[in-house]
Amino acid sequence: MKRKKIKLANLYLMAVFFILYAPILYLVVYSFNSGGTMSGFEGFTLEWYASLFTDTRLLVIVLNTIVIALLSATISTILGVIGALAIYTAKQKYTKTSLLSLNNVLIVSPDVIIGASFLILFTMLGIQLGFYSVLLAHIAFSVPIVVILVLPKLQEMSPTLIDASRDLGASTWDVLTKVILPYITPGIFAGFFTALTYSLDDFAVTFFVTGNGFATLAVEVYSRARQGISLEINALSTLLFLFTLLLVIGYYVLARRGAKEVRR
Amino acid sequence: MNRTSQTAKTVYLTTYWVWIALFVIAPLFLVLYYSFFDIEGNLSLENYRNFFTSTYLTMTLSSFWYAFLITFFSLLIGYPTAYLLTKTKHKQLWLLLIILPSWINLLLKAYAFLGIFGTYGITNQFLEAIGIGTQQILFTDFSFVFVSVYIFIPFMILPVYNAIEKLPPSLVDASRDLGASNWTTFRRVIFPLTLDGVKSGIQIVFIPALSLFMITRLIAGNRVITLGTAIEQQFLVTQNWGMGSTIAVFLILAMVLVMVITRDWGAKGAVRR
Repeated sequence: MKRKKIKLANLYLMAVFFILYAPILYLVVYSFNSGGTMSGFEGFTLEWYASLFTDTRLLVIVLNTIVIALLSATISTILGVIGALAIYTAKQKYTKTSLLSLNNVLIVSPDVIIGASFLILFTMLGIQLGFYSVLLAHIAFSVPIVVILVLPKLQEMSPTLIDASRDLGASTWDVLTKVILPYITPGIFAGFFTALTYSLDDFAVTFFVTGNGFATLAVEVYSRARQGISLEINALSTLLFLFTLLLVIGYYVLARRGAKEVRR
Repeated sequence: MNRTSQTAKTVYLTTYWVWIALFVIAPLFLVLYYSFFDIEGNLSLENYRNFFTSTYLTMTLSSFWYAFLITFFSLLIGYPTAYLLTKTKHKQLWLLLIILPSWINLLLKAYAFLGIFGTYGITNQFLEAIGIGTQQILFTDFSFVFVSVYIFIPFMILPVYNAIEKLPPSLVDASRDLGASNWTTFRRVIFPLTLDGVKSGIQIVFIPALSLFMITRLIAGNRVITLGTAIEQQFLVTQNWGMGSTIAVFLILAMVLVMVITRDWGAKGAVRR
């Protein structure tokens, strides 16, 4: 009886895994379909990939997306570390908790609210919708994540480390760059990486603040998908899927190595 | 020396407060502010009056209903999955494989279903083959809920999985030793002790489910209007920022409500314990 139960459990898990991966595989398989639709596989072709690589408009969009992701991840990591330090060093408990709850507002807010409120904000500030508004919005929703990922590392750090370095005559700058930052590096990496993937992944917020002339990949996929099926999107999805896979594997290798070093 | 570290603290705090004021407080305040302006830019309560007409109230209710359905099915499928995952060998690896699809842009996943559920898609080919015949699947409530559940399931599994992992196995053993059946053990021991995970799962799924708009457009063909769809419509199509802001205010209220409700559960549970 016991074996039967295990089999049923495995069957259930297999079904869930199947459903989770089937649509992704479906996209990938049809990116090679010469038939031009997502129903009825006619023959193998690479023409959708070829047309993808000659589509300069799309290549510009890919470049935009990567530039926005790298820039916003870098800036939000810096701001997030400053934010985490602010919460960490704040003396009053009240300041600490209010900063932390305000930090969490953007994490729990639905994308639509963030998008709509930033659209109003940027318009009021006179920031033209386009590259800079998208960049600012991406920084804004990434900062709280970085704070959340860096803060535990700071709290883990023994305060005696800082006291000791002070006693040995380190300046504030030395304490920051030679003691605190190296100690919280794993948190900073996690923050940077998460910010990067958030930025690459975001659609809803970008959609609100993007204006007419500027698009990221997600926005472009949305507008193309609304016009119906085009196997170029499949080809693009396949490449993005592989890219995501590489990022995740890279991140896990880094995290593993980090964990090993800490253990040592 | 002490003064310089004080300066550093002031720099951190000032920078971060300015940031929060500009990108957290100001945007939310502006949404509230705009909700009091009608489409001509006059100060009025018209948006709020409009919101309480049957059109918007029905929309709000249906948005809640869909979000409820999506959360319910995510939990129904996600809980057993999380539970069974904790029983597998190499569970970290399997968990990673469950989370991996959530890294893929949800638009791409939604787009895949355009092919799968389409009139000539694989589902209809299958239905045709077993003799049921072609059905209209895309642009129905079913496809909307299905695709949303599909997208949210990893987010439900993760917190529940963590909660079950934290559960001391000795408690389950004790309950079995005392003669409780599997079902009783689950109902009286496992489920109550993993409620925190379920609660955060509900939070993570319910709030975004209220505000989805791209899936309603792609998969539900504008048949389903959620609060999120309505906000997007008012802001980007109708250009009625006032009404959009009013709906946003109610979405924020709904969000706070969900957080309070899910938090209260835990408090009550703790008191009872």
